[in-house]
Formats: sequence, C-alpha cells, structure tokens
Amino acid sequence: MPTKIEKDHISGQETTGHEWDGLKELNTPLPKWWLYTFYATILFSLVWVILYPAFPIQGWTGLTGWTARGALPAQLEAERARTEPMLARVREAGLQGTADDPELRAFALAGGRIGFANNCAGCHGAGGQGAPGGFPNLADDDWLFGGTLEDIHHTIAHGVRAGESDQERGIPMPAFLAMGMLTPAEIADTAEFVLSFTGRATDEAAAQRGAEHYEINCSSCHGPAGEGMREQGAPALNNQIWLYGGDRQSIIRSIAYSRAGVMPSWQGRLDPAMVTMITVYVHALGGGE
Amino acid sequence: MAIASAAGSTGAPVARPAPTYVEGPIRAFAIAIMFWGIVGFLMGVIIASQLAWPLLNLDLEWTSFGRLRPVHTSAVIFAFGGNALLGTSLYIVQRTSRARLYGGEEMGWFLFWSYQFFIVSAALSYVLGYTQGKEYAEPEWFIDIFLTVVWVIYLVAFVGTLMRREEPHIYVANWFFLAFIITVAMLHIGNNISIPIHWGSGFSYSAPAGVQGAMIQWWYGHNAVGFFLTAGFLGMMYYFIPKQANRPIYSYRLSIVHFWSIIFLYIWAGPHHLHYTALPDWAQTLGMVFSVMLWMPSWGGMINGIMTLSGAWDKLRTDPGLRFSVTAVAFYGMSTFEGPVMSIRAVNSLSHYTDWTVGHVHSGALGWNGLITFGALYWLVPVLWSRARMYSTKLIEWHFWLATIGIVLYITAMWVSGIMQGLMWRAYDELGFLQYSFIETVEAMHPYYAIRVLGGVLYLTGALLMAWNMYKTITVGVAPEALGEAQRAPAPAARPAAAPAE
Repeated sequence: MPTKIEKDHISGQETTGHEWDGLKELNTPLPKWWLYTFYATILFSLVWVILYPAFPIQGWTGLTGWTARGALPAQLEAERARTEPMLARVREAGLQGTADDPELRAFALAGGRIGFANNCAGCHGAGGQGAPGGFPNLADDDWLFGGTLEDIHHTIAHGVRAGESDQERGIPMPAFLAMGMLTPAEIADTAEFVLSFTGRATDEAAAQRGAEHYEINCSSCHGPAGEGMREQGAPALNNQIWLYGGDRQSIIRSIAYSRAGVMPSWQGRLDPAMVTMITVYVHALGGGE
Repeated sequence: MAIASAAGSTGAPVARPAPTYVEGPIRAFAIAIMFWGIVGFLMGVIIASQLAWPLLNLDLEWTSFGRLRPVHTSAVIFAFGGNALLGTSLYIVQRTSRARLYGGEEMGWFLFWSYQFFIVSAALSYVLGYTQGKEYAEPEWFIDIFLTVVWVIYLVAFVGTLMRREEPHIYVANWFFLAFIITVAMLHIGNNISIPIHWGSGFSYSAPAGVQGAMIQWWYGHNAVGFFLTAGFLGMMYYFIPKQANRPIYSYRLSIVHFWSIIFLYIWAGPHHLHYTALPDWAQTLGMVFSVMLWMPSWGGMINGIMTLSGAWDKLRTDPGLRFSVTAVAFYGMSTFEGPVMSIRAVNSLSHYTDWTVGHVHSGALGWNGLITFGALYWLVPVLWSRARMYSTKLIEWHFWLATIGIVLYITAMWVSGIMQGLMWRAYDELGFLQYSFIETVEAMHPYYAIRVLGGVLYLTGALLMAWNMYKTITVGVAPEALGEAQRAPAPAARPAAAPAE
C-alpha cells in the first residue's frame, strides 16, 4: 500500500502514511517529560555504576568501596554491640546467677523467648506445649531428663540421641519384636500389664503373664511400678502423659519396634549465653524444678 | 463492541481483495484461553486457600501446595497467557500482513493441538511429582524438548507469514510478537539445559549449578516476564486498543524508541532477583540499574496505549471491553513503576522473599495480562464468530467490576502483608533481640491471606461470567433484550479506519 500521509483532525498530528488492517499511526514526537525522565534514569545508572561495584574486575568496588560482604560484618557488629554487654554478664553470672538476678532474669526471659520461638517451637510448640509423636511438653512437671536448671541446660546443650555430643541424653530402647527378644503374644501381654499401671487392663490373666516379661525386660529403666527413670530418660508409664500415644496399639508398637526421639545438640549452634537464656525461659514455662 | 463505527467503516481503498485468513484454529485458541483462564484462576484460589487454611492440602501428595502451585503458575502464564499470545498473534500477523498463515489451516491446528498437549503433559507431570524445581520452568527435559520443537515451528509459521506480507512495512504489534517468540525460544533452551539422571529417567540434573544456575534461572525468569508477559502482550495491545478505540496509534516514534529500549534493557535486569545472595555484587548492581532504566521504556507502551484513546475517551462509557484494555494498561504502568522501585537494593532488602513480590506479580498478571486478554477477547469473539457484538454488555460490565475489585483486594492485601512481614522480620526489641519469631509473622499474615482468597474468588467469578457470555455469543448471538440499544453499531466484519469516528 502506498505511503499516504494524512492529518488527524483531533490531535493535529500527521500519520506516518502506513496502514495495516485499517490501523494507522500518528507521527507524534516523543513526549518531552518521557524522554528527559529516561535520560535521568540513565544518568542515575551511570553514577550508580561508578559508586558501586559494577564491573567483573577483581578488587574493583566502585568509589564508595561498598560490598555486600563488607557491609554485613559491620551491621552484625553493630547489632552485637547492643546486646553484648548484657550477654557478657549472662555468661559471667552463669545459669543460677542469671536466674537469680532480677535484671538478668528479665533479659534472659526476653532473649530466651525469641530464641525458643525460632529454634525450639517448631517441635515443642509455640508455648512449649509439645505435640503428639514424641515432642515432649515443656510446660508441665513431667520431665524425661529432669526439670532443674542444670538438667534442662544439659539436655539443650548436648541434645538427645543425635550423636552430636559425648554427653547426650537418652539411651536407645530395644525393639523387642524386631530384635527377637519377645514374641508378639508376649508383647501383647506386656502391653496389658503396662495398661494396668493406669487401671486400664481388661485381661487380668494376660496382665499377670505380662508382669513377668516387664520385670525382666522393662523395669530396669521404667521402674518396677512404671515410675520411669530420669537417668535413662525412660518415661513414666503410670500417668496419663504419653509421648507416642497411650492406647493399646501404640504401646504394642512402642515395645515391638522401640521409639527413640532425637533433639540436636545446641551448644555448637547457639551462643552459650543463648543456651542459658533458653534454659531460664523453659524453666519458667511452668514446670521448672 | 467497538468494532467499528457505522460510517467510514470501509477504510482506505483496498487494492486487492484480502486473502482468506486462517480462522478455525484462532477460534479454538479463543475457547482455550477462556478454559485455561478459569482453570488457572481456580487453581490460584485453591492454593491461596491452602495458604490461609493449610488443612486444604488434604494431606495428599498430589494436592499439596508444592505440586499445585506450579500447576497454577503454568496454567495462568503458559496456558491462559500462552494461548492468548499464540491465538492473537496468529490472528494479528495475518491481518496486518494481508497474508494467509504460513502453512495454512494445518499449521494453525498443529500449533493449537501440540500446545495444548504441552500444557496437559506439564500439568500432569507436576501433580505426579516431576519437576526441575526451577520457577516457571518446572517441566522436565522430555516436555522441554517437545515444547522446543513446537516453538520453533511457531516461529517458522510467524516469520513465514511475515515474509509473505503484502504490506510494505511490518506493523508494530508484530515487532513485539517476533521479539517475544525469538527471545522465549532462547530463554527456554538456555534455562533447560540438563542431563537425565540416568538413561530413560524422567528426572534430570541442571547443567549449570550453584550461583551460575541461579543466575541463569533468573535471567530466564525475569525475561519470561519481560518477553512472554510484557512484549507479547504489548503486541496484543498495539492491535486491539486502536481497533477498539477506532483511533490511530498515538506515536509511531515512541513505539520505535520504547520497543528497542525494552528489548535492549530487559535482558540484563534478571540479577535484581538475586540481591544479597552469593551472586557477585557487580552483577547485582547491573541488574538494579538496568531495571531502573526500564521504567520509561515500559511507560512508553503505557503512553501509547492510553493516549491512543485521545479523541475517543467517550467510548469508555459505552464499551466495557475497551475499559478492560485501558485499565490493563493502567495496571501495566503501575507495576512497571513498582518493579524498578523494588529492584533498588535497599528497597529489595525489605521486599525480597515477602508477599510484596507476590502482590507485584499479580498486579501485573491479573491487572495487565488478564484484563488486556479479556478486552481483546470481548472484541475478537464477535468478530471470529461473525456476531454483531457480545451476547450481553451488562455481563461485561459486571465482569469488569468484579475483576477490578478482585485485583484491588488482592494487591492491597499483599502490599500490607508483605511490608508487614518484611518489617516484622527485621524488628528488634529494646533489649536487642528479634522482636518476632518466624511463626508469629505467619500468624500475622493470616487475615490478609483470607482477603487474598476473596479477591481471587471475585476475579474467578468475573471470568465465569465471561465464559457464559462467550458461550451465549457463540451459540445464540446477541441477547434479544440488548438489541434495542441504539448506541451500538452493527457490522461485525467492518474495518475501522484511522479517520476519527463521528
């Protein structure tokens, strides 16, 4: 189609003279504000490229000398400087000293709260209430490994069955079926006996038979009356608190295949002062001894 | 619809009769756009609800958020958006070149069915757990190879049609479509180079790893936005807005300058997705400044879209289809301003990894890509099926308000949620400890997640109205009760002229 420049009466502009499927274009000049803003962004970019690292040359950082890696330690240092004096006092005062000093205790509860929320709440719950499936409640007075400040600190610092510390908590419980130590019938009897601690046994004869297996296999850790043993981290079986469920099937499952919850050792992961503060916080959740 | 004014609709004298254009596959594409749009919006509503109420994951691997999220993104970008781009580009390139599609009817149908096959296989593979784990490039190697073949044939069809053209010049819409097709081919191949983990396995290892892999992923990801969702849809804008407004394009010069500046600048902006990562500082800086320089080139498209209406503003009152297109351009302008702002390193340190990014993407996706496609369809459907106009204008108006309110709810909820999230992450208390734990920030976002679901439901409802309207237009024509409207012009097949309408 030949070029045919027309005048558009509404805008007063001329067309370019081309047409496609009835569509035409005006030859309006670039809007000035548009062009100058575009130039301004280009100018901004040129300046920025001189000020900040923008070339793949070893050691070249731009006039400001700024680098992301260089800026980070300064920022971290500034944040650390705010808390460091108090953290130093916490380290110096130690566990009991921190818990006893009102000022340090308030500080430790604030730091422990956020430390717990970001590191522990995923398993133990936002209020330390625990969760079914082996995540103990930390707000009650039923402790697997002890509820004194020292006990809690040790558990947090060294972890549970994680293989990360020589002083870790917890010994493994045998899997009585998988390891061929008890037959399924014997396990069912043993479970019946365990249920009798909480008055829930329904088959007296089976519980009688189970008592013997319990005596030989279980009582050394869980205690003759199912009272549990903190040295081994063996839970009490004579109350209504069950880490892995207290119904018959769950108990049979626990005896047959064992249970072995793990928790990491936090002493290498967190600042010692943070471990102390989380200890004070957990101790104060409600069950501290 | 503003297909044409009654008078002057024959346009400039035509030297030769127009060739018979391929239209059957375009009609199929139009239906596919609507179908996949609804699938994509519905998936969006579902995963948004899962974020607000995690129970809705149903504890099944196939319905978990992790698998459905790529179904949503692929359905809206590649199925809804992709069908819109393929369908409209094949329509536009024929009309503006006065040439029949290269490869004819068969080529059109081949592209249609092979592209649908790609979409269905990609979606199925996600649900079954096949993914490369690359955002917007999730399909595994065997699907990637198939798409590559289809895409190259699409390029051949498009360029073949352009080379047959009877017009001396190539229309601006086709520049954008061509840039989109070529660049997407390059991006797709570049980001999908991988090796199957063993012979016959559907899983693969990415060839680039670590920070190189991240850089290539976001070179791809950002330019999927730049060339798929921007350049391609600008091509649609450059055809449908002047058609709907019946006015010439505002400025040819602006179209040239903003086309080339977009093409040149966009491709370097990817590193702004990797601020404060292992990516070297120099690359981050370049990503940022190229994003800042993109501001005006992007706005060039907005100016050309909106200013094309000068002299036809009154049409916004009577043509809700055009209202869609113009609102789309306004959202385009908003999100292409927001984008450069968010690319600035200091802003990004607040916005990155928060819902702000999600809101930004959706102001572009729902506002720009969605609305411009609806506007185009409301114009195109009556033309393709030779109807005077859509079945119901009232329904279009309802759709417009539902969609607009839905978008506003969505993006404002995400702005608030995102900025709040970013501020909570960095808040310290007076003792020097972090003020909020991560889970507290998640809890705080819950109300905004519920608002987002509401916004999505409104948007989806609008699309359902549109599907019904489209169905009736195709099967019935114009609603009898609407025939009395005097301001509507008939003549569906008329060719609008550049001369101002009366």
